[in-house]
Parts: sequence; C-alpha cells; structure tokens
Amino acid sequence: MTARDNILGRIRAAAGRPADSGAPPPAYAGTPLIPARATGTRAELTARFIAMATEAAVTIDRVDVPGDVGAAIAAWLTAEGLGRDLVVAPDPALDVCGLNDGHGFTIRRGAATGGDRISVTPARAGIAETGSLMVTAGPGTPYTLNFLPETHIAVLHADRIVGGYEDAWATIRPNGETGAALPRTVTLITGPSRSSDIERTVTIGVHGPKRLHIVLIGKADGEDT
Amino acid sequence: MTAHQTSLDFSRNAARAQADADLQSALEKLQRDTRLARPVITGRLPEFEALRDRAVEIKNHTLAHLGHYLEAFEANVVAAGGNVHWCEDAAGARETILKICRDAGARTVGKGKSMVSEEIALNDYLIANGLEVVETDLGEYILQLREETPSHVVMPAIHLKKEQIATTFRDHHTELDPARPLDEPGDMTEEARIKLREKFLAADIGITGANMLIAETGSIVVVTNEGNGDLTQTLPRVHIVIAAIEKVVPRIDDALSILRILARSATGQEITCYTTFATGPKRRDDLDGPEEFHLILLDNGRTKLLDGEFRDVLRCIRCGACQSACPVYGAVGGHAYGGVYGGPIGAVLTPALDGIDRAWPLPEASSFCGSCEAVCPMRIPLPGLMRRWRDVAHTRKLNKPGARRGLALWAWAVRRPMLYRFGARLAIAALGTFGRRRGYLRMVLFAGGWTASRDLPAPEGGTFIDRWQKERRGKESA
Repeated sequence: MTARDNILGRIRAAAGRPADSGAPPPAYAGTPLIPARATGTRAELTARFIAMATEAAVTIDRVDVPGDVGAAIAAWLTAEGLGRDLVVAPDPALDVCGLNDGHGFTIRRGAATGGDRISVTPARAGIAETGSLMVTAGPGTPYTLNFLPETHIAVLHADRIVGGYEDAWATIRPNGETGAALPRTVTLITGPSRSSDIERTVTIGVHGPKRLHIVLIGKADGEDT
Repeated sequence: MTAHQTSLDFSRNAARAQADADLQSALEKLQRDTRLARPVITGRLPEFEALRDRAVEIKNHTLAHLGHYLEAFEANVVAAGGNVHWCEDAAGARETILKICRDAGARTVGKGKSMVSEEIALNDYLIANGLEVVETDLGEYILQLREETPSHVVMPAIHLKKEQIATTFRDHHTELDPARPLDEPGDMTEEARIKLREKFLAADIGITGANMLIAETGSIVVVTNEGNGDLTQTLPRVHIVIAAIEKVVPRIDDALSILRILARSATGQEITCYTTFATGPKRRDDLDGPEEFHLILLDNGRTKLLDGEFRDVLRCIRCGACQSACPVYGAVGGHAYGGVYGGPIGAVLTPALDGIDRAWPLPEASSFCGSCEAVCPMRIPLPGLMRRWRDVAHTRKLNKPGARRGLALWAWAVRRPMLYRFGARLAIAALGTFGRRRGYLRMVLFAGGWTASRDLPAPEGGTFIDRWQKERRGKESA
C-alpha cells in the first residue's frame, strides 16, 4: 500500500463512499455570490478601479492613445528622480507604446535579472473591486518583471478594466482551461510590496517593487472628458 | 527562550509571558489594532457575512467529497507537468523533500512562509542534512536568525519589539557598518531586502506552502504581501509546494470567494498585495520559472479528524483572526501554547495533531468568551470544540486531580436536587453574610488566585429557583 492508497482509503472510509465515486456539483454553484462593488457601468468600474488602486499606494497616469505611453513614463520617471534604464516585456503590445520615441531610454527586452531597476509590462486586466492588476506569465510576459525591479510600470488599456475577480479570470479561461492550458502563473497585484512584520508598522518595498505605477490608456465608455 | 516550551507547561509558560514587559506591550498593540480595525474591514464589504456562509458551504462540500477533489487536483497537476507526492506524516514529507533536493543536486533552499512546514519541522531536518535553508518572509527571517518559532499564524514576529530585531540584525549582519542606523522598521526592512535578495538569486530550490489547492485546474494559490512567495517560486530551478490535504477547493470561483474573506480576516486588508495562482512548471516558451514543480500532499493527522466531531476544524484557512481576537492569546502570546499553533485554533488543533495527552492544558486556557468563533471566517465552533477536548481530557483523567474531584463532587450533588438546592442556599447565605456591608468579597477560601487581583461580587437574595418560585407564588395569589 502506498501513502496515496492509505490516505484515500481513510478518506473514503470516513465518508462511507467507495473509490471513484464522483462528486455532485456544489449546491451553491448555481448562485454565484458577487459583491455589489464588482458590478456597475464601465465608467463606474473605471472610477472604482482608480480609487481602490490609489488606496493601495499605486500611482496612476492616464494617456489617450498607446503612442503616448513612452512620453508619460519619461515624465513620471523624471518627476520621481528615477533612471532611464528599462527592462521591457517582449510582448508585442508594448511595441506601439512609443518607448523608442527619443525619450532617452536604454531598453532591454526579456526577463528581469537582479540588477534591473525599472520594468515595464502589460497588464492583462484591472479589477475594480480591489484595484488589483491581473498579470500572467508567458513568453511575452516574464514573471520576474513583476517582482525583481524596484519600480514596476504596468500598462493597462481602460477597456481591460472589469468588475470582479471572476470577470478577470473569465478572460483567460474562455473555455474552462485547466492544467498546462493555463499560463504558469496568474497573479493579482494590489499595490507595491509591503510588510507589517515589525511591530505592525507598514513598510513598503520588502522583496518586490517599492513603486507600482500604472499607465492607463484610453477612456471607458461613458467617462467624462 | 521560546522555541522549546511545551503545551503541558502552559501554566508556567503563561506566567512567564505575563512577566515579560516587551511581550505585553506588543500584545496590547495587536489587540488594540484588531479591535479598531474590525468594524472597518467588515463594514466595507456588505456581503462579508454572506461570503462567510459561502466559504463554509465550499469547505463542507469539499470535505464531504475530499477523495474526489484530491484525485482531480492531482490529475490536473500532472497534466500541467508537475509531480504530486502523497505523504502520510511529518517523517514521510521530510524524507520526500530531502530526496527531491538531493536529486536536484541542491545546496541552498529559499523558503516562503509555511505553517505546515513548521508542523513537520522541515528546516531543522534539511539543515541537519547539509542544506542551507533561508526563510524569506521578513518575520520568519528574523525568527530564523533568533532561533525562534512563529508566535502568530500570519504575524510570526508579533511578539518582538523593533529594538530586539535591530539587535538581532547587528549580531548577524556583522559585515555591515556597526554604526548604521536601525531605529525604524523601514531601516531593517531595507537591510533584509538586500541580504535576502542575494539568497533568492542563489537558491537552487524554492519551497512554499499553499493557501489553497484548486481541483478543477491543478493550481496552487499563494498569497503574500512581500512578494517573497513569488520570488521563491520563480527564481530557483525547482519549486516544491507543501500543503495539507484540507487546502483543496473544487473550483477557481471557490478560491475567489475565499480570497474575499482571507486577507480581510487576517490583516484587515481587502486583498494581499500578491495573490498568485501557479499551475505546474515553466512552459516551453516561458523565459523564467522553475523547471520542476513538486507538490507534497500531506495528511499528518487530518484524515483521522474527518469523520469525527473535530471535522469542522479542517475548514481553517490559517488567517489568525481567532488569535488576534482572543483575550487569552492577548495575555500570553503564541509561544506559551507550546505547539505550532497558538491561540484558540492551537487549543483545538494541537491536541488533534500532538495528542490530547501532550496538550490537554490548551483547551483549558479559555474564558469561553466566544470572540474566536465570532471572528472566524469559516465559522469554526472553536469554544465548543475546546469544550469537547476538555471532556476527553477529563474522561482520560489527564486534567488535574483537584479539578476532577471538584467536578465529581459537583456532579454527585447536582444529581440530587434537594441536596443541591439546600447546599446552594447555604452557600448564598454564607457569601451574602460575609459580603453584606460592601456587596463584594475581598477574599474567598481556596480561591486566592481569583481574588488576588479582583473582588468577588457577593450574591444578594436567594437561589434562582427560590426566587422564581417565590415570584410565581406572588403572581398566582395576585
């Protein structure tokens, strides 16, 4: 008998069920419980996303079109007194963001190393209910870019802002993908890295980024100006 | 000072904890913060109570079909290219992990915070077998340097003052300028960031726990605020996850429901900074991520709780809300409990994991105020389960002979109503006479421990039954 047999045997003895008896769908599955704040018009969700992300110590810049992202990043880095050396996700979506339009950036495309200070990545979704970003690992979006550099700049299209966690997951599992069909990692990022381990005092920037900056492209339907 | 306390020594541990001024001030701050935060964190999400009910449904359904969901989880991990290792107990899990490390030719291990790894005393075992093991959670790193164990499930170093931590850093980081400032938590956080960054980049193996396992996808969920869990599961060539069998939930949506109450109950946050769903090793075209993904699926006593009265405790998601809310934990801290888990969850879980004969004093350490059950997001009836353990301890004659004799005497009397009422009348008359002038008693025979720090209010009038009968007679005659 293997450990597996023993453990499953004890579980089945406790449940009084034979092996291979499937499970009925959970009784609650037909009635999803989604918080009210994860619902609303696109304009409301965008406003809520910005408010909740800001509360989580995220800074947000808005631009009208993808081509303006580079200029916005340059201006923000200058204002923060940060450098111009960027490690940028290989994702082609960032090719049209005007990063090479004479802002003086030194750009490397690829995964992050310990020495990288500033990363630029696309975000898969913005989630209104908690101001979280959803990022996924993939050939164009190395996972380390979200964690190793001190400054993480995420580029998000306003039409990628959704209400709740379920809505964001629906975009990466349109057909109920499982196992290897999923990205290796799906991460919800809510603000920069932090810890309260010393006397419950919040300190920002423990192992992950010290700054999380979002450049939001475009406007949601119904948003003013 | 703290690593070797045992559950059987709870009384002595508690007395020592109460004399420790640093510990007391840390615990007071925790309790004050918890009280202030609670209405804010629950009030901001009107669906909070409904989500708690949903979370209970999710876990109860999963536990009722645990075998099915574990097998489905295993199949999906394997489909994603991962390996699942079923382990019955601590020794089995330790040996399995060591073998994976040896097969990988590993020398260094970076570790994310994991309570179940504390349960199996993993670090000591790996270090004894020649590996370098570094805890990467800031709190756990501090404790590793101090050779202490976590005193709270989510705030492991809550028992320490910043001055103690500064001293620890000066003692261990001797290559740094001794005159550097380490006055504020931010100074120490920065120093730990630099020290640990080297370790992350050098580690051959990353070991993390898992907050949940998702059957329908084969994913693990790891939540952290620091990002150490993510660096641990991405930079090393091999990622080992250690998780107990009750961590599984059926679907992604179920995990999302539980996430809405987990951080809220643990630290008062809406959600932790990082919530990562990881499925298997690096994909072929990925530029980073581990080559190997191993999942240790550990029983360690869970299955024997499944069909009994302690089954509800398997719903626990290790948020620590019961610890933060408990007045007993607030008075003595987590180490006094001796086991891996302090506070109400420890008082219920430690007897199950270590045996009631080695932990019977823990369920005694409760005022039954009900705070733990009130805040538990999984609505685990902790006071009721502690009462059950007291019952078991009493039946097995583990508790103190004096307490057993007193209870036996009371049980004998209460089964003889005439005698019991007569005795109660006598006692009330006596107490009432002694307390007549002031309304309370300064001392009571054999109860010096109680009256040393407070007075006992003296009863006025007769027993409840006498008064009730008198009142009823009054009504009937009216």
